Amino acid sequence: MNFTATLRIALLALRINKLRSALTMLGIIIGVAAVIIMIAVGNGAQARVEDQIRSLGSNIIMVLSGSTTSGGARGGTGTLPTITEDDAYALNREIDEIQAAAPTLRGSGQAVAGNANWSSSFYGTTPEYLEVREWAVIEGRGFEAAEMSGAGKVILIGQTVAKNLFGDASPIDQVIRVRKVPLTIVGVLDRKGQNMMGQDQDDIILMPISTARKRVLGSTQQAKSRSVGSIMVKVKDGADMAAADARMRELLRQRHRLQTGQDDDFFIRNLSEILQAQEASSKVMSLLLAAVASVSLLVGGIGIMNIMLVSVTERTREIGLRMAVGARGRDILTQFLVEAVTLSLIGGAIGIMLGVGGATAIAELAGWRTELSGGSIVLAAGFAGAIGIFFGFYPARKASRLLPIEALRYE
Amino acid sequence: MSEPLIRVVDLAKDYVMGSNVVPALRGVTLDIDAGEFVAVMGPSGSGKSTFMNLLGCLDHPSAGRYSLAGQEVSALSGDELAAVRSRKLGFVFQHFNLLARTTALDNVALPLLYGNVPAAERHKRATRRLTQIGLAERMDHHPAQLSGGQQQRVAIARALVNDPQLVLADEPTGALDSRTSVEIMALLQELNREGITIVLVTHEHDIADFAGRIISFRDGKVIEDRANSAKDAAAAL
Repeated sequence: MNFTATLRIALLALRINKLRSALTMLGIIIGVAAVIIMIAVGNGAQARVEDQIRSLGSNIIMVLSGSTTSGGARGGTGTLPTITEDDAYALNREIDEIQAAAPTLRGSGQAVAGNANWSSSFYGTTPEYLEVREWAVIEGRGFEAAEMSGAGKVILIGQTVAKNLFGDASPIDQVIRVRKVPLTIVGVLDRKGQNMMGQDQDDIILMPISTARKRVLGSTQQAKSRSVGSIMVKVKDGADMAAADARMRELLRQRHRLQTGQDDDFFIRNLSEILQAQEASSKVMSLLLAAVASVSLLVGGIGIMNIMLVSVTERTREIGLRMAVGARGRDILTQFLVEAVTLSLIGGAIGIMLGVGGATAIAELAGWRTELSGGSIVLAAGFAGAIGIFFGFYPARKASRLLPIEALRYE
Repeated sequence: MSEPLIRVVDLAKDYVMGSNVVPALRGVTLDIDAGEFVAVMGPSGSGKSTFMNLLGCLDHPSAGRYSLAGQEVSALSGDELAAVRSRKLGFVFQHFNLLARTTALDNVALPLLYGNVPAAERHKRATRRLTQIGLAERMDHHPAQLSGGQQQRVAIARALVNDPQLVLADEPTGALDSRTSVEIMALLQELNREGITIVLVTHEHDIADFAGRIISFRDGKVIEDRANSAKDAAAAL
């Protein structure tokens, strides 16, 4: 018996019991759609974390100032300005694992350009900062050596600042005033988007650290010494983060003349690690979601088996007749198997449409990021087919093993 | 005539019911020649249905030999028996056993599906048989849209579509009224006159009377095997 004929018989049998076929398919439809949606949501979450890692820059370690303790009350991080610009230069120089280390002095204030103004954060730093953050200057140029050493009145601005102060016009060579200090814009930074806390990373003004210290921060405490709020360190690709962490700790303790047994007067935070942990947890989450969705596929498969068993019992006489007119056991097996697989594949196809639609709707309505992958669709379709074969096989074999005389006599 | 179409020798069949062995057929020996019209009679439990099932290659005998058109079939496997049924046999049942929601044409063509006949050829041969039994204009009807007599005619067309050497009819008139029964018998007689061998099971003497030979069973044995001067069904209408 050829395949087209078998397929026609299967389709006819499914058409005869339309409602039942539809209900049976429903299990597969829901299962496949759930798998696709869950994988899309999981992938979306993962992609978001990966984007954050990319926007932060990879292999980042932060060094923060220590805390003060006065009268038993312990202040927060950075209350004691213990780390200095020179610590950053020393890290750059002396630790092989470090690709770049950038000291940053942070402040905030009103930036005024003509009649527009915008409150933003500014960072006094070194050109290494851009290397650490993997941040490109898309318009204009970076800082020059003379500007670094001579407290040049130049700045780089982020996209948000540029947009708020200048709209669509080019901000290059424009002068803005930060805390009343006129500064010339020499470059515009590439767009970074939000960071993991949801803060806008493009709302930023960068200036040479000497400029920040001598001209902008003015009278504040940090301006007087060489101290900085934090040092951002990028470890070389492939280098051991833990080893770099340990060597940095050792070097800084040495530079700060800390005795054995004395606490660190700084903090070292491995930011990449935090994000990587987040990525790992989102991976586990999406796996979990897919696993739960697979359970519904499994239940759908059992539904198919159930209906096929009922169908075999109901059609016992038909099976007997087919055998009497010359059908072999394997013809009957094929017929019922094709029926089950057709059921699951049609259900799978509808489920794919529903899943793709559902993932898109979730992205639209809930604003979640979802990522449909061809792989997950192929996987779901393959899984649906496999379920048809797996759960259709037992009823089909049962049908094929009926004895013709008993099947014919069945009431 | 070198060899009869059917030759059974000491054919026996036991059914095992739990620990009991129930003999249904206890050694039957007979020949049926090509072109005969045989009625098999007997009360229920006489073994006539078992005999028919064995003739129809639907069941394996417990002992004895059965050769059909020169082929020894008593020791064949299930698939080989299916092939014999597909090529050499046609079946007519008491309850027609037509596929519901399937057209008369597709019902008739069904055996050809399992004989690997191409679709165009299936259609041609099924159409020819339906025309032969006078239902050409009902080809696209479903069984539910046909009368009992018409359904049995479709079933007969189905039994003939693979050009069988033997048609087995198991109480073909059992579900029909007496007039329709005679019509069906007239059709079978006509087919027999064209050379088709028919073995028919019935418990009605009136029906058996249309056959040329009557074999009676009781307790799993043949108790009578006689020639019969067949009544003409067409004339009886």
